[in-house]
Amino acid sequence: MSKTVLKCEHLRVVFGGLAPVSDFSIEVKENEIAGLIGPNGAGKTTVFNLLTGVYVPTKGKVILDGKDLEGYSTIQRSHAGIARTFQNIRLFKNVSVLDNVLIGYNHSMKYSMISSILRLPKYWREEKAAKAKALELLSVFDMQGMAKIKAGNLPYGAQRRLEIVRALATNPKLLLLDEPAAGMNPAETTALMETIRKIRDEFNIAILLIEHDMSLVMGICEEITVLNFGEVIARGTPSDIQNNPTVIEAYLGTKREE
Amino acid sequence: MKKKFTIPTSASYAINTIVLLAIWGVITLMISSGVITNYWRGILITIGINIILATSLNLSCGYLGQLPLGHAGFMAVGAYAGAIFMKATPAAALIRSGNTLPVIPLFIIAVIISAVVAGIFGILIGIPALRLKGDYLAIITLGFGEIIRVVLTNIDSVLGFKFTYGAAGLARIPKFTSFNICYFMVILCIFIIHTFMKSRHGRAVLSIRENEIAAESVGINTTFYKTSAFVLSAMLAGVAGCLYAGYIGSLYPSTFKFMKSIEILVMVVLGGMGSMFGSVLAAIVLTALPELLRAFSDYRMVVYSLALVLMMIFRPEGLMGDYDFSLKRIIQKIVNGINKRRNGNE
Repeated sequence: MSKTVLKCEHLRVVFGGLAPVSDFSIEVKENEIAGLIGPNGAGKTTVFNLLTGVYVPTKGKVILDGKDLEGYSTIQRSHAGIARTFQNIRLFKNVSVLDNVLIGYNHSMKYSMISSILRLPKYWREEKAAKAKALELLSVFDMQGMAKIKAGNLPYGAQRRLEIVRALATNPKLLLLDEPAAGMNPAETTALMETIRKIRDEFNIAILLIEHDMSLVMGICEEITVLNFGEVIARGTPSDIQNNPTVIEAYLGTKREE
Repeated sequence: MKKKFTIPTSASYAINTIVLLAIWGVITLMISSGVITNYWRGILITIGINIILATSLNLSCGYLGQLPLGHAGFMAVGAYAGAIFMKATPAAALIRSGNTLPVIPLFIIAVIISAVVAGIFGILIGIPALRLKGDYLAIITLGFGEIIRVVLTNIDSVLGFKFTYGAAGLARIPKFTSFNICYFMVILCIFIIHTFMKSRHGRAVLSIRENEIAAESVGINTTFYKTSAFVLSAMLAGVAGCLYAGYIGSLYPSTFKFMKSIEILVMVVLGGMGSMFGSVLAAIVLTALPELLRAFSDYRMVVYSLALVLMMIFRPEGLMGDYDFSLKRIIQKIVNGINKRRNGNE
């Protein structure tokens, strides 16, 4: 039995009189791909922002690998093992692809400012090791040939992939993907599905993804959580969700009674 | 296919050292043979000081992506700190007697004092100021620069101990800044900025400029790195101030007006934000040009502003953009080009 990586209990956040997320609970296990879907404005991205510490929950708990993350900042949560990508790509555009990945490795490198300015052996050793690791990680996603290109000049699909690579460089336990297939054509989406499966198999991490592309969600997620108006309205396997009347109602509305 | 020619890192360090020493040798020779007059030697020192100022501002402006307008303030702090220390030592007498060798350790201590004092001010200003962004940061640092100047103008003694001599200025500072000292300090400062930027710390600084939210999401401690870059920039400005004090011999608060900060900023913008080579080039051009155009000195500010306006129209990213000069890369390119041609002929 695989262990639980992420556990959320009754998360709630209130902005003034509005509660974008009123009651959200989820459990994601190691090596699991979980999906989070819901109509526009259901509060999906807000959930991600709560998990990564951008917003502070009014109520509820986020537990990562048995550790309560209450009071952790975004930076501390990244160090604890939560990595994310963004709905609208946020790469370091004027920096090379390799450096983008190396920035992800920043926390795992330990040499001090003094040793970087004096170019002490520690600097050379760690830089060399990190560079090799970064190139290896890039090669898993067939991007080693692009290492020297500026990230902003990459084609769209590669930018999406690079964001995932950068997130993986932080050595996470949980990877949050916010609409990874947004703006992709069907062929690119299929390739992305393969990529996501590969990440799960090779890195042994839990993945939680938000997606509107149902072919992707139904294709790779093992468990899907449906959110509407900040509340979980259904949870289950893809086939359960497809036939769930509450979900259909949330997406399509009900028949008017005559 | 033949493997491409690359220079190993250690060799490129050696090449750079040799080239820099050669340049130094040539200039020293020119000075001693009188090709470079005393007047131009002074300009060379000013150029050196301006290079340190421009590259250090480039660190917080081009690399960190903030807009501080109080660089002259840090320079003033460093200048006064270094000058007060040097006045307290027997450096003046040593220089007068022509015995310059013992001055060097004193000078090193003075530079360290300048850097540390400017760095402390950098921390004091940086921590609150860097919570702000863009225009607000510009205004708060501008305010800091003015506060420093006004304080220096109005305070002449602390507890009855003659200190900065207020508006009358701090005079009779031993003139310890020679061309050699200036040249090697410029190299040292550029080396520090370069090695800082080409490390995990430098990459973290760049990531903040590129996208602060994403930087936080990959675990970059943004507050720490912003402050570090800002403080390093302030420390190097302090070093430049110390060199300035030792070159000019007397300090007046009115030197460190707001326009001085702007002058440095102009160098950075003209050279290209984020390009060290650009900053160096712009510092050289903008210091030497007014001297060459002495006859038209009335129009100096007109040319200045005209140059900036034209730049903004035709090359908004600055002379060099974010291109950086690398001797290693150029040599590699040339050698690879020759190899290619030779292979093509076979």
